[in-house]
Amino acid sequence: MGQMQNFTKGFLRENPVFVLLLGMCPTLGTTSSAINGLGMGLATSFVLVMSNMVISMVKDFIPDKVRIPSFIVIIASFVTVVQLTMQAYLPSLYESLGLFIPLIVVNCIVLGRAEAFASKNTVWSSIIDGLGMGLGFAFALTLLGAARELLGSSAIFGINLVKGDLMLVFILAPGGFIVLGYLIALINKLNKTS
Amino acid sequence: MEYFVIIVGSIFVSNIVLTQFLGICPFLGVSNKLSTAIGMGGAVIFVLTLATMVTWIIQYYVLTPFGLDFMQTIVFILVIAALVQMVEIILKKVSPALYQALGVFLPLITTNCAVLGVAILTIQKQFNLLEGVTFAASNAIGFTMALVIFSGIREHLDLMEVPKGMRGIPIALVTAGILALAFMGFTGMVK
Repeated sequence: MGQMQNFTKGFLRENPVFVLLLGMCPTLGTTSSAINGLGMGLATSFVLVMSNMVISMVKDFIPDKVRIPSFIVIIASFVTVVQLTMQAYLPSLYESLGLFIPLIVVNCIVLGRAEAFASKNTVWSSIIDGLGMGLGFAFALTLLGAARELLGSSAIFGINLVKGDLMLVFILAPGGFIVLGYLIALINKLNKTS
Repeated sequence: MEYFVIIVGSIFVSNIVLTQFLGICPFLGVSNKLSTAIGMGGAVIFVLTLATMVTWIIQYYVLTPFGLDFMQTIVFILVIAALVQMVEIILKKVSPALYQALGVFLPLITTNCAVLGVAILTIQKQFNLLEGVTFAASNAIGFTMALVIFSGIREHLDLMEVPKGMRGIPIALVTAGILALAFMGFTGMVK
């Protein structure tokens, strides 16, 4: 598999959200608007790239038995870095993402890639894998956020597009489930025909 | 009265799965059958209450006095992972019957974001120990309730003729959305 293919697989064919169904909690919890989804996606991408990189560097020194706890410590360190950086420089985004920033630690995508890819591959391809998967995740979150924002407040990235009645329910919890359900059905269809 | 507000608030009004989006993975993953849903729910009630108690004690007796608040995420996840492992070992020795029922679900709980989420929320809301434990237990009960209701619906859904593209996860998500809509009826019941 070429590096390019390794990078692009995260977008549609192996998209972590739409196809692998990993990381559902932040996917639903942070996508009430496109900008929140993008912010969460990029924060997760950073953690994913860094932890993939470090784990693939140290994979030969870690005994097999304690590998999962060690991975968790590495991931949690980078999450703390993101948490403190966001708190300092992007306080409003940090406020609106809230609890979901520390919860990147238990995002199945991060540990999943560490275990399934970074612990077996070279540093360079692990970075590419992390970047591809992370951006695929960010893409999914932004798409979902944009769809919900468009339906719920007829705007995308805070820019008003259509004037009309608002369907507030799509910004609230039930809308998240419903929009994601239809998006997954749509992506399944696309993946099958291509 | 205060405890009553915490209990009703976290079971119904801001249900952890359907309004806060925590613990969605097990909510979708183990809700195919009613019996597994009950098993998972039991394991979550047990671990979540215990984990919140332990992390509360660590936060206020170790992290805060030594000014190590920034270590919260790392310490909490390690404590939860260790706790789950320990519960598994103890349960295996002490009560093999209970281990049979809950055992398979225990390893899954470490990465259940509901556990870490509630532990952090308890600190953020500045509860005392008893309030924190009440909060954790009622959130776990709320999780179990949502899971059991949802698995009941999904068992029926299996017998329905669902359009081809919507089968499996998509229809489950739409159903969860409608369930969440029903839970919105509780909004505003308590502050």
